[in-house]
Amino acid sequence: MSSNLTLSREDIVRLCERVEGAQTRAYAIPKLTDEYPGMTIADGYVVQSELRRRFIARGHKLVGWKAGLTSKAKMQQMGVSVPSIGFLTDRMARPENSAISTADLVHPRVECEVAFVMKETLHGPGCTAADVLAATDYVLPAVEIIDSRFSGFKFDLASVIADNGSSARFVGGGRPRYVEDLDLRTLGVVMEKNGEIVGMGASAAVLGHPAEAVAMLVNILAELGESLPAGSFVMSGGITEAVPVKPGDSVVARFQELGSVSMRFIE
Amino acid sequence: MDNNKIEQYGDELYEAFVARRAVPPLLSREPDITIEDAYRIQQRFVARRLEAGETVVGKKIGATSKPVQDFLGVYQPDFGILTSGMIYQEGDTIDLGGLIQPKAEAELAFVLKHDLKGPGITAMDVIRATDYVLPCFEIVDSRITNWQIKIQDTVADNASCGVYVLGKTKGDPRKLDLTLAGMVLEKNGELFSTGVGAAVQGSPANAVAWLANTLGELGIPFKAGEVILSGSQSSLVPVVDGDELVCTVGGLGSCRVKFSGRSAA
Repeated sequence: MSSNLTLSREDIVRLCERVEGAQTRAYAIPKLTDEYPGMTIADGYVVQSELRRRFIARGHKLVGWKAGLTSKAKMQQMGVSVPSIGFLTDRMARPENSAISTADLVHPRVECEVAFVMKETLHGPGCTAADVLAATDYVLPAVEIIDSRFSGFKFDLASVIADNGSSARFVGGGRPRYVEDLDLRTLGVVMEKNGEIVGMGASAAVLGHPAEAVAMLVNILAELGESLPAGSFVMSGGITEAVPVKPGDSVVARFQELGSVSMRFIE
Repeated sequence: MDNNKIEQYGDELYEAFVARRAVPPLLSREPDITIEDAYRIQQRFVARRLEAGETVVGKKIGATSKPVQDFLGVYQPDFGILTSGMIYQEGDTIDLGGLIQPKAEAELAFVLKHDLKGPGITAMDVIRATDYVLPCFEIVDSRITNWQIKIQDTVADNASCGVYVLGKTKGDPRKLDLTLAGMVLEKNGELFSTGVGAAVQGSPANAVAWLANTLGELGIPFKAGEVILSGSQSSLVPVVDGDELVCTVGGLGSCRVKFSGRSAA
């Protein structure tokens, strides 16, 4: 991570308020680097941390984290070699098989992911995939509903990180499993929208193994001065391409060995 | 298309195969060729291989994924005949010198323990008739210049069969999720692509049922012991001298293959 901070305290608060407004009132904003072309990845995380601090101060509960940009293709596209991360709160959680409103989202898209629930706290740096597997209580299938708040899908890494990695909603479900009972590298996944297959892949699409993405997430947290506490819910990154959804759409994510997660979208 | 022309094109493809020299697309010369004509040309091409001493060992199903069907402009798969000269064992190194313009595909192979006679075969019948499934690589090849194929060209060219390699781990389809089993393909130690069984006609068993029904209509036997390559679950991988590929089917196992030499094109 580039550690150089270019933003002043005033800039940070200003950008955080801009992102917070776009997230809570569901409107698109220009990418932040239009106004702050020198903005770095470290700046992005400072804005994200300020956003997290504000949500928690308002009573939102931090429930976990997510890794983004975990496929080779997306990393090459963004010119990075590590994933990005974002935080997850209780306000973003939606139950399995529920109706999810899109009125409070800008341009929602869905991705299939393997999610981890931790039984032990993990600290970086130096966290490995083996450490992650040893600290995992169980894994489960999840669908992440991402929502970039930037207009025209024009964004860059610093802006996306400030926007909390496009985090918006998530649905966990299916069948909880112990990691030792599975080959987490070769789990097949099919995403169906309105009964048609719209995404396919296997879990190795996430950095070769989803636990690798969680290990990198823990190491990024260490750079932010944070750890991954026991009980955290962690989404390890999209196995399938992000697919746009609109009111009336029904989505089912089917996972080998982990069951399925379903939801539908309404106004 | 009259029998003389069918024989002429079948012979041309056989000679292209033997000489490892691609020929122009048949469709560029015979714009009215039908898919039925193309299967008759395929029969002639395969008959020439059998006359030269090979035997029929199975079938392959092609054009099973939506992107390939969109590319070829068809809404159903096609098939080709596997012959004894196409077999490689896992651990062998495939000599690219025997091929023209090879590409690898990671697939699931079925081996039947009962004959399957269509029409009227469903995916459930396929599971019942299956002895076991295996991870495998099919190395497709085209006798048509630069792979400039439409559906009639590839069907006539025996569904672009090249050679194939079966893995050694046998799986019982009653103990596997054929639809949701993941497919991880690595090239030279790096992840190349991932896929899943559902990429093949919704499930590989659906593709095999389609084959049984199509062969039944054409009166072509589909016997116990035959190998069926059920269709690609990966993107096409170009291969050159020194390349090594590994495909792993979730819940089943892996197939590994190495390549040496230079292909003709």
